[in-house]
Amino acid sequence: MKPSTLFDKLWRAHVVRELGDGWALLHIDRHLLHEMSGAPALTELMERGLPLRNPELTFATADHILSTAPGRRGDSYAPGAKLWRSLRTHCESLGIRHFDLDSGEQGIVHVIGPALGLTLPGATVVCGDSHTCTHGALGALAFGIGSTEIVHVLATQTLAQRKPRNMRLRFDGAPGTGVGAKDLILSAIGRYGADAGSDYAVEYAGDAISRMGMEARLTLCNLSIEFGAKYGFIAPDDTCIEWIAGRLHAPQGADFERAAAAWRQLRSDDDARFEREECIDASRVAPTITWGTSPEHAMPVDGVIPDPAHADAATAAAWRKALDYMALEPGRPIAGTPIDFVFIGSCTNSRLDDLRAAAAVVGGRKVAPRVEAWVVPGSAAVKRAAEAEGLASLFTAAGFQWREPGCSLCVAANGERVPAGARAVSTSNRNFVGRQGPGARTHLASPAMAAAAAIAGKIVDVRCSA
Amino acid sequence: MSAPFTTVAGLAIPLPVANVDTDTIIRIEHLLDNGRAALREHGFAALRLRADGSEDPACALNQADLAHAPILVAGRNFGCGSSREHAVWALEVRGIRVVIAASFGDIFVNNCYQNGVLPVTLEAPQVDALLEEAQARRPLTVSLLEQRITTTDQRHFAFSIGPWQRQRLLSGGDDIALTLADRAAIDAWQRHDRGHRPWIWSAHS
Ligand code: SF4
Repeated sequence: MKPSTLFDKLWRAHVVRELGDGWALLHIDRHLLHEMSGAPALTELMERGLPLRNPELTFATADHILSTAPGRRGDSYAPGAKLWRSLRTHCESLGIRHFDLDSGEQGIVHVIGPALGLTLPGATVVCGDSHTCTHGALGALAFGIGSTEIVHVLATQTLAQRKPRNMRLRFDGAPGTGVGAKDLILSAIGRYGADAGSDYAVEYAGDAISRMGMEARLTLCNLSIEFGAKYGFIAPDDTCIEWIAGRLHAPQGADFERAAAAWRQLRSDDDARFEREECIDASRVAPTITWGTSPEHAMPVDGVIPDPAHADAATAAAWRKALDYMALEPGRPIAGTPIDFVFIGSCTNSRLDDLRAAAAVVGGRKVAPRVEAWVVPGSAAVKRAAEAEGLASLFTAAGFQWREPGCSLCVAANGERVPAGARAVSTSNRNFVGRQGPGARTHLASPAMAAAAAIAGKIVDVRCSA
Repeated sequence: MSAPFTTVAGLAIPLPVANVDTDTIIRIEHLLDNGRAALREHGFAALRLRADGSEDPACALNQADLAHAPILVAGRNFGCGSSREHAVWALEVRGIRVVIAASFGDIFVNNCYQNGVLPVTLEAPQVDALLEEAQARRPLTVSLLEQRITTTDQRHFAFSIGPWQRQRLLSGGDDIALTLADRAAIDAWQRHDRGHRPWIWSAHS
C-alpha cells in the first residue's frame, strides 16, 4: 500500500462516504459543546425538530461567557446567564453529559476534554471553537467548526469536509533555558506567517516534540490555528499513552490495553510524503513575545521592534497599523516596555504545568505596583490541584488575583476586559485588535515570561529575571 | 440552508489588509445580540470606526456607493482566527456573496459554503489586479458556472472549486437533509466501529 501520513490514516479511518474531489463525509467520535456556540445550536436542533443522533458522543461545559470572579455562579455575568441556563436545560433533556459548575469538572473545553480522557488518540474531535486543534496533541483528528456544522454533527454525527494537504513541522534540538512550547510555536508563526498552515493539516515532529510533556504539547497544538492550520497534531507515543491511562472517561483495564495497542499504530509511515516540510532548530529559539496585532508579529524578547522601512509595501502598511495600535516605536528593544496588565490563563496556558512555570518565576517576589495581574486556572481540577500544592497562595501573596476557571480575558466576552489603552502580557493565543477589550494592547508570551513581566512591571527577558 | 448561487455581478469592496480576523469582522459581544441586523451595524467596526467612534470616510466599507457591493477583495489570510459563523453572516447582511483573497482561514471557508457565500482563492498578483478594478469602481462578474471572474475590459480570472462544493452552491439547499438521506451508511459505519473501537463508545458513564 502507498505510504501514508498519520493524517491520511486518521482521515481514511473516519470516512463514512467519499463525496468526490477530496470531500468526504467523516464520522465524528467526540462532539464538545460550550455555552456560546453549543447552546444556540442545540436550540436550533430542537426548533427544527431534529433528534440528537448520539448523545453518548456529545459532551458539554460552560467557559466563554461565565464570570471568573471568585465565588461566581453561572448567572453572575447576566448577558451569559441565558446561554449557560439554556445549555444546562438542553443537556438535561437530551441526555448530554454536562460538566456544569457544581460537577467539580467544569473548565475551558480544550482543557477538560484531554484531562478527563474524553479526547483520545485516533478519535475525531470537533467543537464550535477554532482552538479545537489543541486536542491534536493526543493524536486526535481535532478541528473547529462553525454554527451550521455544529447542528449537522448533532443531527448526523458526521461532517462533510475537504481533505487538506499534509505538512510536517519538525522541532529538533534542545530548547534553551526559559524556552518552552509557547516560544517554539510563536517563533514558527513569526517565521512562516499566520497563514502558513492554511489548507494544511500539520503534524509536529522532531526530538524536541518527543521529549515534550503532554501539557506542553497541548500548548503547541493550541496555536496551530494561529499558524493558519485547522488541524495540528502529534503522533501518540508512550508519553501520551501513559498520560491518558487512568483518566476519568478514558478506557480502563483490558479495554485500555486494547486501545493502547491500536494507538501505537498511529504514526506516519517512514516514507510518507508531505507536501511541505519545515524544520526549526529548537536550540536557537529565544523566549518569544509578540509586538503587533497578528500572532505572526512574533519576535525574540531580546530583539528590537521591526521597522516597516525594511518590509515590502503591503507588509509595511500592516506593520505601521499594528505599531500605531500598539503604541510602539520601531527600532527600539521590546524589553523594557512598561506594562499595565498580566493575564495567565486560557486554553493555551492554564494547565498545572503552566501555573508551576509561572510560580517558579514569581518565587517569593511581588507583582510590580500599578500592574494588575490575574491567574485564571483552566479548570476546576487544575484549580484544586494548584491550591493543594500551594501555587494559589504563592500567587495571591505576590499580589495576583486567583480566579475561577473560564476563558476570561482571553476573549473578553464575559465582561472582563483589559482597559482601553492598557498594555497586557498575556499567555493566551490571540493579539488581535480589541481581543482583550476595545483598545487593549496584547503581547502574547509564555507563562514564565508573563510572570516575569508582572514582577518587573515591564517586558523582560525571563532569562534575566532572577 | 442557503440560496442558490449562479452569477454575481457588481462593484467590489477593496480591503487590502492582511490577516483580517473574525474578531475584527464581528466583535464577540455582538454574538449575543439578537438578530442579524446588529451584525450590519457592528460588522467590521474595528476597521470602519475611528478611535472616537466616528466613521472613517477613508474606509471602503463606509463608502456609500459600496454599501450594497456584492463582492469583497481582501488581503491574504482573510477570516482567520475564531470559528464564529457570525463573521460570514456579517458579510451576508451587507449583501456580500463573493470574497476574493490569496488565502483564507480554513474554518471561515467552510462557514462560507454553509451560507452560500463563495470564497475565491487566487494568486496574489491576480488578487492585486482585481483590487485595482475594485478601487477604480469597475464592476466584476463572478460566474460559478464558468468558474471565472470577468472584468469590464473582458479579462478573465479562472478559479477552481470542487465539483461537489460547486453543485451545493448552485443548488443551495440543506446539507443536513442530504446527509440524513444517507442514514443507512452512518448506521453501518457505527455498527462496525462499535466492535472495532469499543473505547470510543464507552466514555459516557
Ligand atoms: S480560552 Fe480563549 S481561545 Fe481558548 S476556548 Fe476560551 S476564548 Fe477560545
